[in-house]
Amino acid sequence: MMLNYFLLLGALLFCMGVYGVLARRNGVLVLMAVELILNSVNINLIAFGAFNHTVAGQVFALFVIAIAAAEVGVGLAIVLLIYRNRRSIDVTEIDLMKG
Amino acid sequence: MTLLRNAWLIPAIPAASFAVILLFGKRLPRQGSEVGILSLLVSWLLATGCAIQWIRLPVDHESHLREPVERGFTWFHNGMVQIGAGIHIDGLTVMMLFVVTFISLLVHIYSSAYMKDDRRFTHFYAALSLFTASMLLLVVADNLLLLLVGWELVGLCSFMLIGHWWEEKDNSNAALKAFFTTRTGDAGFMIGIIILFFAADTFNIAAINHAALEGHIGHTMLLVGAITLFMGPIGKSAQFPLHTWLPDAMAGPTPVSALIHAATMVVAGVYVVARCYGVFWAAFNIGDGGINLIAIIGGITILIAAMLAFVQDDIKKVLAYSTVSQLGYMIMGLGVGAWTGAIFHLFTHAFFKANLFLGAGSVSHSGSHHSFDMKKDMGGLKKHMPTTYRTFLIGSIALAGLPPLAGFWSKDEILNAAGKNGFTVFMWVGLIGAVMTAAYMTRCVYLTFFGEYRGHGHPHESPPAITGPLVVLSFFSIVAGFLAVGQRFGGWTLNEAIEHAHVPEYGFNVTAATMGTVAGLVGILLAGAYYFRNLGPRGLTDRSGLARGGYQLLANRYYLDHLYTGVIVGGIKGPLARAAYWFNQNVLDGVVHGAAAGARGAAAFTYDVIDQKVVDGLVNGAGVSAEEGGGWLRTIQTGRVQQYAAVLFAATAMFAIALIVWA
Repeated sequence: MMLNYFLLLGALLFCMGVYGVLARRNGVLVLMAVELILNSVNINLIAFGAFNHTVAGQVFALFVIAIAAAEVGVGLAIVLLIYRNRRSIDVTEIDLMKG
Repeated sequence: MTLLRNAWLIPAIPAASFAVILLFGKRLPRQGSEVGILSLLVSWLLATGCAIQWIRLPVDHESHLREPVERGFTWFHNGMVQIGAGIHIDGLTVMMLFVVTFISLLVHIYSSAYMKDDRRFTHFYAALSLFTASMLLLVVADNLLLLLVGWELVGLCSFMLIGHWWEEKDNSNAALKAFFTTRTGDAGFMIGIIILFFAADTFNIAAINHAALEGHIGHTMLLVGAITLFMGPIGKSAQFPLHTWLPDAMAGPTPVSALIHAATMVVAGVYVVARCYGVFWAAFNIGDGGINLIAIIGGITILIAAMLAFVQDDIKKVLAYSTVSQLGYMIMGLGVGAWTGAIFHLFTHAFFKANLFLGAGSVSHSGSHHSFDMKKDMGGLKKHMPTTYRTFLIGSIALAGLPPLAGFWSKDEILNAAGKNGFTVFMWVGLIGAVMTAAYMTRCVYLTFFGEYRGHGHPHESPPAITGPLVVLSFFSIVAGFLAVGQRFGGWTLNEAIEHAHVPEYGFNVTAATMGTVAGLVGILLAGAYYFRNLGPRGLTDRSGLARGGYQLLANRYYLDHLYTGVIVGGIKGPLARAAYWFNQNVLDGVVHGAAAGARGAAAFTYDVIDQKVVDGLVNGAGVSAEEGGGWLRTIQTGRVQQYAAVLFAATAMFAIALIVWA
C-alpha cells in the first residue's frame, strides 16, 4: 500500500492549515484552517489504521470529526459575537489580553 | 468462690460511700452517717461471707494450703514492663478484711452518738469511709504498687482525721507530726519497693516472696531491700524510733483513735511484714535463730513504750503507748519467726484495743466532761458507768493476757515460738513486757474507775450506740482467742510463702502459757498492791535522785521529741533556711535575672536581625522579584492570538525534531 502518499497529503494539508492559522486575519478563515489541520490528522489516522489492518484509526477519526464539529460550532459563535461587538472579525485587532 | 472472686467489692463499697457522703451527705436526714453505716454493714457481711467461703475451700493434702484467689488486669504498660493491679485473697487477707470491716462498722455506729452535733460530722464520716476503703485496698492488693496506693491513702486519712478539730493548733500540729513521721519511714518503704522490683523484676508480692525464698535475689540486694522496706512498717506501725507520732495522734476524735491508731492502720506495717514475709525471712535469716533487726526493733519498742505508759495521766495516751508496745509484740513476733502468733495477736489486739479506746471515749463522753485526764477528771466511775466499766475491765484483762481471754492466746503463741526458735532473750523481753502491760492497765483501771470521783461533771452511762459496740467488742475480746485452739487460726491463714519458708508452727504449750499468765498476774498484783492496798514505796521521786531522773526521762519521753524537733529538725532547719535563702538570692535570682537578660538580648537580636532583615527581606524580596519578573514576562503577552499559535507550532515542531533526532 502506498502509505507515503497519504502521509504526504496529510502533511500538505497540515502545512496549509498552519499557514492559514498564522497568516489569515479573517476569524472564519482561521477556523477553517484549523479544520484543515484536524482533517490532515484524520487522514494520517485512517491511513495508519488501514496500513495496520485495525479499525482503531477510523474510530479515532470519527471522534476527531465529532469534536471538530463541536469546536467549530463554538468558534463560529465566538466570531459572530466578536463581529456584533466590534463590526470586524479581524483577529489581529483582538488584543485585549495584551500584558 | 463467688464472694472470694468478687472481694474487690469490699473496698469498692466504702469508696462509693465516701463519694456519696461527700456529695450528698449534708442533705441526708442523718447527715451521711446512715450511708457510712450501711455501706460498712454490707462490706462486713461480704467479708464475713468471704471468711466462711475461705474456710470451706478444699485443703491440699500435701501442703495443707488453700489455693489463693487471684484476679487482676493490666494497669498500665511502660515499655516492656507490664504493671498489673489485682486482688490476692488468702487467709491473711480474709482475716484482715474481717477485722477492718468489723471494727470500722462498730466505730461508724459508735461515732453516730460520740460525734453527734460535731461541726464537721459529715466530713468525719466521709473520711472514715475513705479510710476504710483505702485500708481494705491495701489489704487486698496483690502487688506492692497497689499496696503503696492504699498505704499512702490511709496515711492521708489518718492526717485528716487526727486534725479533725484543726482549729486548735495542737491538733493540727499532731496531724502534721503523724504525717511527716510516717513519711520518713515511707521514703525508705518506697526505696525498698523499687529495689525489690529491680531484684525480682515484678511488683507481685507472691512472686517476690517466691524469688526471695528460692534465692533468685542476691543476699546483699535482698538485705538492703528488706531493711529499706522495713522502714515503712517502722513509721506506720509506730516502732522505735519513729513511734513518737502515735501518742500525739490521740488529738483526733476517740473513734478515730480506736479505728485507725489502734485496730487497723497502725497494723498495716505488721501486715506488710507478714505479707512480704518471704523477703524478711530470707534477708534476715530468721530461721537460723539469729538476732535480727525486726526482732530488735520490736523488742525495744515493747519495753520503752510500756515504761512510758506508766507516767501518762491521759487515759488515751496510756492506751496509745500500750498500742505501740503491743505493735512491738507483733513486730517482734515476726522477727522471731512466730508468724501465726504475730498475726493472731494482730487479730485479737484489734478487738480488745478498740474495746479499750471506745471505752475511754465513753468515759470522756459521759463521765468526765470531755476530758481524758485520769488524775483530774476521773476516778470512781465504776458505779456511774457499769457497762463501760465491765467492758473496759474485760479489755484490760484481755490485754494483760490472762486466760482464757483473747490476749492470752496470742501473746502465748509469740512467747512460745520465741523460746522454741532460740530467741530466748526476746522471750524474756516479751515476758517483762507482759508484766508491765498488766501493771499499767491495772493503774489505768484504778485511776479511772476506782477511788473518789475527782471530776466536776455529772457522770452517767453512755447511750446504747456507744455501749452497744463496747459490749460486742468485749464479747470478741473474750472469745476471739479460742480460734487458736487446735491451731485452727494457723491453718486458715497459712499461705504459700510461709509453707515455702518452713516457718515452724507450734501448738499450745503449757509452760509458755503458765509463764505468760504468771507474768500478767505479777503485774496486776504489784500494781494492785500499790494502788488498791497502798503498799510499797511512796514519794520515791522526792527521796531518790535516781528515781526522779528516771521519771524525768520518762515524762520527757526519752527526749526523743526534743531530739527530733529540737536537734534534728532545728539543726537542719536554721542552716537549711539560710542556705536556701542564699541559694535563692544568689543562684536562683541570678539564674532568673540572667535568663531574663538573655531573653531580652535574644528578643532584640530576633527583632533587629532575624525579623527585620531576614524574614522581611525574604518577604519583600519575593514581592519585588515577582513584580519585576512579571514586568518582564508581560511583554511576551502581546494579546495576539496568531503569535501565540506561532509559538505553539514552533515549539511543537522543535519537540518533533528532538523526538526524531534522539529517539
